[in-house]
Amino acid sequence: MVQAIRSALDVALARDGNVVIFGEDVGYFGGVFRCTEGLQAKYGASRVFDTPIAEGGIVGIAVGMGAYGLRPVAEIQFADYMYPGYDQIVSAAARLRYRSAGDFTAPLTIRMPCGGGIYGGQTHSQSPEVLFTHVCGLRTVMPSNPYDAKGLLISAIECDDPVIFLEPKRIYNGPFDGHHDRPVVPWSAHRLSEVPEGHYTVPLESASVCRPGSQLTVITYGTMVWVSEAAANETGTDAEIIDLRSIWPLDLKTIVDSVKKTGRCVIVHEATRTSGFGAELAALVQEHCFYHLEAPIERVTGWDTPYPHAQEWAYFPGPQRVGEAFRRVLES
Amino acid sequence: MTSTTPPLKLHVPEPAERPGREPDFSYLHLKPAGETRRPPVDALPSETSDLAYGLVRVLDEVGNAVGPWKPEVAPELLIEGLRAMLTLRVYDARMLTAQRQKKMSFYMQSLGEEGISIAHTLALEADDMCFPTYRQQGILVARGASLVDMMCQLFSNTRDPIKGRQMPILHSFKKHGFFSLAGNLGTQYIQAVGWAMASAIKGGTAIASAWIGDGSTAEPDFHNALTFAAVYQAPVILNVVNNQWAISSFQFIAGGEATTFAARGVGNGIASLRVDGNDFLAVYAASKWAIERARRGLGPTLIEWITYRAGAHSTADDPTKYRPADDWARFPLGDPVRRLKQHLIAIGAWSEQQHERAQKEVEETVIAAQKEAESYGTLATGPLPSSALMFEDVYATMPEHLRRQRQHLGV
Repeated sequence: MVQAIRSALDVALARDGNVVIFGEDVGYFGGVFRCTEGLQAKYGASRVFDTPIAEGGIVGIAVGMGAYGLRPVAEIQFADYMYPGYDQIVSAAARLRYRSAGDFTAPLTIRMPCGGGIYGGQTHSQSPEVLFTHVCGLRTVMPSNPYDAKGLLISAIECDDPVIFLEPKRIYNGPFDGHHDRPVVPWSAHRLSEVPEGHYTVPLESASVCRPGSQLTVITYGTMVWVSEAAANETGTDAEIIDLRSIWPLDLKTIVDSVKKTGRCVIVHEATRTSGFGAELAALVQEHCFYHLEAPIERVTGWDTPYPHAQEWAYFPGPQRVGEAFRRVLES
Repeated sequence: MTSTTPPLKLHVPEPAERPGREPDFSYLHLKPAGETRRPPVDALPSETSDLAYGLVRVLDEVGNAVGPWKPEVAPELLIEGLRAMLTLRVYDARMLTAQRQKKMSFYMQSLGEEGISIAHTLALEADDMCFPTYRQQGILVARGASLVDMMCQLFSNTRDPIKGRQMPILHSFKKHGFFSLAGNLGTQYIQAVGWAMASAIKGGTAIASAWIGDGSTAEPDFHNALTFAAVYQAPVILNVVNNQWAISSFQFIAGGEATTFAARGVGNGIASLRVDGNDFLAVYAASKWAIERARRGLGPTLIEWITYRAGAHSTADDPTKYRPADDWARFPLGDPVRRLKQHLIAIGAWSEQQHERAQKEVEETVIAAQKEAESYGTLATGPLPSSALMFEDVYATMPEHLRRQRQHLGV
């Protein structure tokens, strides 16, 4: 997935002279996760460069560059480091088009690795997607595989709205199914690692039914797509798994069609539970599918605690917790 | 620690001026006109250290232009500046009254500090981009923006260029190089640096001019801006308008007690000047110096403009609660309008009669503009922008959920 993201950035830089990339360690070194490796050598230091360690400054210059007419792609090294930049994201990037009635816009993309499963503790594991979905004017995107990562990232960069592009770092190198004690499966063994050369897009506001099924609907995104698939396989559940891809604004029709068909719904995310995006999804499902529901909606999420270090696998909502939720909605 | 060690005490700075107390302006550390030196435009930032504690002044007490900063400037340009200041002052007074008449929800005037934004703008090129605060309406006046358009924003009427989305004063005029104003103070400062970096990345010639007040220099955006401007040698002017007050907080609460705001620039490797902001010629000269540095790729300049917020912070503020009512009258740097007028008369380019005529002309212009703007509606009488406009421009194209919400409201 790292190569897919790098390829998307390469394509964007080559196609549009207004695309610039910057962030901490992204220049000569190529980023701590290697997503920008080789791009400074190829496109020069004025288009791919290192920044001071100041997330408020990184997002702030991106807004100014967007107002000038560039398409900045900023990297926040870990989503956990985003908070000093949050005011610039909320008060400036998300609001600029609205407050100026389209006089100025901020067509920027902010990439940030998110999620746990790497023993990163509370400062390298957070999933802060709801802090963006709650902000009108932002688009929030999270891919679950290399093909989507490249196509969604190109769509994000070409989009005229500010896009928060969350990259689940645990699946940078393989489709992690939550079984941390098993050998890592590399992407090379997976069909979705086939990433075309050159330009293609995966549209925003478009979910993917990545596993068709009839017994229940799983609404999820990011790493949890793979955990949910493992749970379905291990429990022998004929689950229909929807990968949102665009968390907000989202593809409501795909969700509603599926839940109306299955009558059962499980929502899975890694972020903490209370006021998590699952709450919004559950509300949407009951608003649009209430008379088709045959069981209460289940949420499987991280606990309402900071992301722990040594207790990571008790925190992480793995396939066993997801499978238990499947059983509960099928039994009720 | 021994038993004789005295207990610690928290230091909370207090202003020299409070209601009922004799004001003492010695904290301004003023210098006479002509005393502060003018370094070459390509001076290194470190070579401006003394200037960050000095005070660039050109106009002396009787209105003569003196010293190394005396600019080469045609009297016609100064008269243009004087007219712009008169216009802004009349505009402010009328809009303040209109707010009292409930024709708008809120207003903020530039009284006392008009010279800074206007002289600075006259030194810039038309395509240079300003990232202002709410007290730089002078940029728009100096750039010839339509007073009717500006007033329609204040009145939140059907001709409001930003469709009723923002409080009065929070203008956006891209065509006049005036960036969308934020109510979140300081956010624009680092954005200006980004805009300037973009101009350098694209090989342009336009520079950015960033604005902030003394109070908001405490925000991280200010410090980020200085760091990024210095690191990338961005073609940007970093203006700090030190008008002594942030609502009721004296500038010492923002960190102005032990040093100057200009000195923050030098500490970051940025050439820095401290300038008499009520001296129109000094503002013009210092701006030209900084603009040439930026344009020639010599890097950013931080300029602290010393002035005084003569009016209330806003129409929601009563400054007599926290400072002497006659404070501005005693402020030693005076009134920018009076000082420029005095200079123009001293050089024989202006007279009391011409001034009176100009005053009358700008009053007529502003009154006519107000009459037209009010014909499109005010907040008190309407018509207001359509409620359907509320749902537009959140995104480039309206997503499904907003379409549903608009239908739900029935507009």
